[in-house]
Amino acid sequence: MSENLLEIRDLHVTYRTDDDEIYALNGVDLAVKKGETLGLVGETGAGKTTMALSIMRLLPDRVGFIRQGEIMLEGVNLARATDADMRLLRGNDVSMIFQDPMTSLNPIHTVGRQIAEVLILHNPSASRDEIELKVDEMMETVGIPADRKAEYPHQFSGGMKQRIIIAIALSCNPKLLLADEPTTALDVTIQAQVLNMMGELKEKFGASMILITHDLGVVAQICDSVAIMYAGEIIEAGTAEDIFEGKSHHPYTIGLFGAIPDMTKKTRRLNPIDGLMPDPSTLPPGCRFFERCPSKDGDCGAHRPGMAPVSGTHRIKCRMFAPQPGGMRE
Amino acid sequence: MSDATSSAMAARIDASVKIHKYKKKSQWRTIWLRLRKNKLAMFGLVFFIAMMATVLSADLYYDYEEDALSHELSARFKPPSEGHLLGTDQYGRDVLARVIYGGRISLFVGLATICVSLTAGSVIGAAAAYYGGKVDEVLMRFMDVFLAIPNTLMAITLVAALGSSMFNLILAMGISQIPRMSRIVRSSVLGIIGQEYVEAARACGTSDARIIFRHILPNAMGPILVQVTQTVARSVITISSLSFIGLGISEPTPEWGSMLSEARSQLRYHPHLAIAPGVAIVMAVMSLTLLGDGLRDALDPRLKN
Amino acid sequence: MSALVEARRLKKYFETPRGLLHAVDDVDLSIGAGETLGVVGESGCGKSTLGRLILRLLEPTGGEILFDGRDILKCKRSEMKAIWKQMQIIFQDPFSSLNPRMTVSEIIAEPMKVARFLPTQNDILERVFELMGIVGLAERFVNTYPHELDGGRRQRIGVARALALNPRFIVCDEPVSALDVSIQAQILNLMMDLQEEMGLTYMFITHDLSVVKHISNNIAVMYLGQCVELSWTDELFENPCHPYTQGLLDAIPSPNLSSRKQLNIMKGEVTSPINPKPGCRFAPRCPKASPGCQEPGIGLKEIRQGHFVSCYLYM
Repeated sequence: MSENLLEIRDLHVTYRTDDDEIYALNGVDLAVKKGETLGLVGETGAGKTTMALSIMRLLPDRVGFIRQGEIMLEGVNLARATDADMRLLRGNDVSMIFQDPMTSLNPIHTVGRQIAEVLILHNPSASRDEIELKVDEMMETVGIPADRKAEYPHQFSGGMKQRIIIAIALSCNPKLLLADEPTTALDVTIQAQVLNMMGELKEKFGASMILITHDLGVVAQICDSVAIMYAGEIIEAGTAEDIFEGKSHHPYTIGLFGAIPDMTKKTRRLNPIDGLMPDPSTLPPGCRFFERCPSKDGDCGAHRPGMAPVSGTHRIKCRMFAPQPGGMRE
Repeated sequence: MSDATSSAMAARIDASVKIHKYKKKSQWRTIWLRLRKNKLAMFGLVFFIAMMATVLSADLYYDYEEDALSHELSARFKPPSEGHLLGTDQYGRDVLARVIYGGRISLFVGLATICVSLTAGSVIGAAAAYYGGKVDEVLMRFMDVFLAIPNTLMAITLVAALGSSMFNLILAMGISQIPRMSRIVRSSVLGIIGQEYVEAARACGTSDARIIFRHILPNAMGPILVQVTQTVARSVITISSLSFIGLGISEPTPEWGSMLSEARSQLRYHPHLAIAPGVAIVMAVMSLTLLGDGLRDALDPRLKN
Repeated sequence: MSALVEARRLKKYFETPRGLLHAVDDVDLSIGAGETLGVVGESGCGKSTLGRLILRLLEPTGGEILFDGRDILKCKRSEMKAIWKQMQIIFQDPFSSLNPRMTVSEIIAEPMKVARFLPTQNDILERVFELMGIVGLAERFVNTYPHELDGGRRQRIGVARALALNPRFIVCDEPVSALDVSIQAQILNLMMDLQEEMGLTYMFITHDLSVVKHISNNIAVMYLGQCVELSWTDELFENPCHPYTQGLLDAIPSPNLSSRKQLNIMKGEVTSPINPKPGCRFAPRCPKASPGCQEPGIGLKEIRQGHFVSCYLYM
């Protein structure tokens, strides 16, 4: 298992608000191999973004807390790292792409300068010319002519801005890239372009990536492995083949696939998952999906199932796949 | 037939009874709960209320004529003592009584000013934002002209032109605050006009007045209320400065600014004469500003923490 | 079959500092009673503007809008009030489309109060409860504020408000784009059920072709203010003719591994239709462009029963 770049073990994160404690992550285990792209899938409120923010250690001050667990990046526990260490790590080892390309760039600096800024910060000894050269190279890499580097963000379209953000994120050769819904704000034709480019860059740079998205179609395009989140837990994980072509699935995964409007079928009605995700401040005691689950039985409401292997790489957190009936007792 | 009517009746009663079954979380209550968490804002609120209460109930423990006005030359420049908690001034008047009666004037003028500027500012600002185009252009350019003149200078000019009575003073200060107020109202209304619920209201043929008063202004309240507290605070300062230079309330009527002005000459030997009204001004302004800051946070309905 | 809503040569130009923006340019459409027209396009193609023009929330620069055979652009404001009772709109953003200072019951009751739809407060409340039942909102939410609810429930409030006056026609402007897939399917099903029960007519605006497939009878594909292809739904998906429609269909990533690496990528980006040149507006991005595409006079042409395409290839 030494080839894992990132290993998250039993991570618990909570947010404190005035009235209650919100349980955002509840015992997440996750591993990302070197050079691998992991798709982290889930609905709003499943804890996807919290996961990325925990890895970056950018949880809101005095509100979000890592309660338990470790985040090991090449042997360093990020959950316990000091702020000074984290500042060095961010950009050099881990960088992040945010969802909204419209607000992630500083409107008063040219895009070239924004790329250069990151480069200078992480290569303090480089000369001006070296930096400029590298900026040109990064812009060409993401498919924007280098002579546009003197332009300001508002002169670029949404897709172009997202490319620049990717260039900034990649400019220090990070080992791990966290992409939080990088294409959600883009039109489909532009999304296809950006996804394609990300696929190519992934091979060129050899960085690992966690792609956070709610769109299973996007995951199918570029991810090697997939983890599906529900109410702050990973309920199914495996390789892309396991998830998209495997036989056994968590009932939530089946529901998620069923709810996607299918372009190839002619049915008129869609198959939604009934109900809503449980309120993260008062989570049910047993399986979190119990109330909405079509294949629940009496036990599910009382017992938390553990993660059980279905095949070598494929793991599911559901009573139906537990080694002994009843699952793990809480 | 009669069965149907009676069951329809039952259903009818049902609806208005049923709605009370589900408790409505009053928005004011939520705002209050949120405000209560902000210690500084609560300090401001408590202090402001205490000040209002003291000022309003002054007649219960002081005699205006006796304590604040009439000279008692045998008791000049008394240091703070049991009979005179803050001592006496150069005419032997009780300083605490004068500060309290002075507060009456400052706060009354402050609140009256805000009535003038809020009413006019809201109408001008909301109309400019809602109708846009030429209406906006004309109203706002006109306001810009006023805005270019410093507040105090404008108030001085108006008072000088109209004469320095209390009514003129309020009018002058109210008018000088209108441009600022209308700008704030306009900008917060503009932010709300773009929202889809305004469009939804328009899509069912809602009248302009109903859209402004039911959909736009309640949502624009936040920044406006903050501005209100700050404007009151600013008015307190303005009236004091006007009185300080002799244009506002003049002797013998107690007023913080004029008290300060008088105390200037005694500063060396009797500093408490200047400290008392000075502290009163600072505290009044600070409590309002803190309250305003807290209100801004508490009033945002989307903010949860 | 009679059309409930018809638009003829509908135009909306906006003055911008850089020139005249042709947001909607010569669009013809007709929606039969009880049917759904899907309007699909990328951001900036004028689809939302089109929806607001049809409701006359924006004044068109030119053209005609017929509702039930009557030209609504000639109606006075007082007459429009009566027409607005019959046409409603559901918005994309369930956050900004509901007044945060009003409770659920106040929001749903508001159109009825404005239109004096029911005589007493009691009748209105009764109708509020009825509507909440119809859209599947539990009664206990009647006195809550929208920000206390999740996106799916909020969108149900939006639907209930739109239904309050018993409209015949509803413009749905991306009603499910902001929702999660599992919730999106709930709302789409609800809207289809309502259509069947109440005989509603929809104009369904979206950027997502897979969503309109399920709900629409006809689909119009828009590009830079113009309708480039119009067809009945199955025909459009089986036999897309305009290169833009083909590109749009190809760009949707489908959730299976077999389609991997097969994304057929369209070059370039949507520009804005400011002072557009004559000819096909898609030509700069079109893989099948030829010099003929610059010629003026390319318009919708019926190439098969009910299937219209605006492309030089079919002229």
